[in-house]
Amino acid sequence: MTRDDVVLLPREAPVQLIDAAGAKVPDAEYRPPTAERLRDGYRRLVIGRRINDQCNALVRQGRLAVYPSSHGQEACQVAAAMVLDDGDWMFPTYRDAVAVITRGVPTAEATVLLKGDWHSGFDPRQYRIAPQATPLATQLLHAVGFAHAAKLRGEDTVVLALCGDGATSEGDFHGALNFAAVFQVPVIFFVQNNAWAISVPLSRQSAAPSLAHKAIGYGMPGERVDGNDLAALLAVLGEAVGRARAGAGPTLVEAHTYRMQAHTNADDDTRYRDSADVTAWLDRDPLVRLRTHLAARKALTVAAEEEFAAEAEAVATSLRDALNTETSPDPEDLFRYVYAQRTPQLQEQWASLSAELVREASE
Amino acid sequence: MTLLEPAPARTGTTETLSMAAALNRALSDALTADDRVLIFGEDVGALGGVFRITDGLTARFGEKRCFDTPLAESGIVGMAVGMAMNGMRPVVEMQFDAFAYPAFEQVVSHVAKMGNRTRGAVRLPMVIRIPYGGGIGGVEHHCDSSEAYYVHTPGLTVVAPSTPQDAYSLLRAAIEFPDPVVVLEPKKLYWSKGPVDTSLKAPIGEAAVVREGTDVTLIAYGSSVQVALDAAVAAEAEGRSIQVVDVRTLTPFDDSTVMAAVRSTGRAVVIAEAQGFASVAAEIAARVGERCFEYLEAPVRRVTGFDVPYAPPKLERFTLPDVDRVLDAVDALHWDD
Repeated sequence: MTRDDVVLLPREAPVQLIDAAGAKVPDAEYRPPTAERLRDGYRRLVIGRRINDQCNALVRQGRLAVYPSSHGQEACQVAAAMVLDDGDWMFPTYRDAVAVITRGVPTAEATVLLKGDWHSGFDPRQYRIAPQATPLATQLLHAVGFAHAAKLRGEDTVVLALCGDGATSEGDFHGALNFAAVFQVPVIFFVQNNAWAISVPLSRQSAAPSLAHKAIGYGMPGERVDGNDLAALLAVLGEAVGRARAGAGPTLVEAHTYRMQAHTNADDDTRYRDSADVTAWLDRDPLVRLRTHLAARKALTVAAEEEFAAEAEAVATSLRDALNTETSPDPEDLFRYVYAQRTPQLQEQWASLSAELVREASE
Repeated sequence: MTLLEPAPARTGTTETLSMAAALNRALSDALTADDRVLIFGEDVGALGGVFRITDGLTARFGEKRCFDTPLAESGIVGMAVGMAMNGMRPVVEMQFDAFAYPAFEQVVSHVAKMGNRTRGAVRLPMVIRIPYGGGIGGVEHHCDSSEAYYVHTPGLTVVAPSTPQDAYSLLRAAIEFPDPVVVLEPKKLYWSKGPVDTSLKAPIGEAAVVREGTDVTLIAYGSSVQVALDAAVAAEAEGRSIQVVDVRTLTPFDDSTVMAAVRSTGRAVVIAEAQGFASVAAEIAARVGERCFEYLEAPVRRVTGFDVPYAPPKLERFTLPDVDRVLDAVDALHWDD
């Protein structure tokens, strides 16, 4: 194996800077973030967990049509948002609502899709976040094109594209990594390997030594990281962002984490996995780990914890408020945005629906 | 509506060009006019495309403006989506109709829907060029008339020129359009020649009456327009005056021009190479039936390809609409009632 091959290959074990018990793990290559940055990260984890819990509760109350939870994956969600600059772009999936909110999208806008009011609820340009993608891996190519355009104009925008382990089996995953490497564009492919694609385990997705090992096949570096260790995620993703911004091209980062809840509320995970497998991951919880670590370093006061909890509660309240507010989307919106200029046919169809609505109202 | 307008005053220079050369000129002029325009696809660089539509563009405009990609249609279209999101105006080439199918998910789920999904915040000004249709003796996967798939997808705008002039003007218009446009290029007509005035615009969404007549309206697009025109000449010899409408834009469909034309004659035949079941021709026939019923002397007829996978080269003449089949359809339009 040549030297370059070795650099492109991930490590034998995922990078870890804080172990499951909260103890620091020395690493020769990756420097841990400062205590201040980790404390800010912990704050976001607390809020992220509260968002997941609140959305699950709102689904049970029938206020949300569906919620694909990232419970247990909050470190990945928070890290994805924290490593990007304001001018960078994120291309998230349906499971990445916490990342989207962490990057600044108000809860009311972030939940429009899940509430059923529209397909996406925020202006991508305002937050520099693409609409959350529902089809798998398709958004990775958009990220590549977006980054390619920035590169052609000589801008230093970095693009971070998220996907899960199941999506790595899709053709567009292959296409996106191949195009990104061929054109050397500034994209980080961030795979949250949560072990399950609905009911199908990772072993049925791939026989590769790890998903990060796929990177070498495209000629880009791949790295594996403990997906429940915020410090390691910030370090590994941060380095990939730096490399992309410096013009050194794309990176594939695989985070090893676990989907603690069913795929969505519509899924029954008792049909395909043992609850013991799930509870085993409770010991690796990203919040508990970081809290223990910060407390041991005396970097987390009781006052700060109370402050974070209060902030999380305020976010939860805003979620409840947004979802308990009755909205009645305008039926004309169905015709309004299909084209920049409404076609005669759509105008005719809206006139017909509109007349029908007037008749209904008068009956 | 462009019913029998006199030939427009020509302000530019008119040249005789093949459709392939007209498309090449359109791309070249668009690259010159707007530095956000980018061209990419398979073999579009040094080779100039398998049909030479991008001939010389990389040499003239550089590798950043016109470049080859890895061989992956979904990748090409998906990358174009991202570029269009980020301020570019990508113009991508699918090498053949059937080779565009790997990109279908990107086209249907994203290209067509991004503007709607984002309530107009992110429109995708991009063009997907697809050489389509048969009549060239091509093998399987090289001759599909795939327009119905695109026309059936809300959010796409689909054009299919039949002359070098329209090929030039519609491609320029497509590149300037705020929404994604699928440009279906009838590959059988790539080498047909005609006058091209680069100052002429062909607005998207407008059909054209390309031959006046009083007895029957033939409605066609792409390579079937020439079949319609040839049939009109043959019918004239038999004493029938045939009007021909070139649809030009498949979506949004120009109901106004087409219906006015049919009402003026009271008889209509729709001609298209694609298999007829659930096709664009079927939609046009249905629209004419709904909107012109009181004017019709006979049911609207269709002359289309058969509902079979595209024929191998030695059999394609049996499935392609031709003059005889069109004349038979015209003859069946209840003349003696």
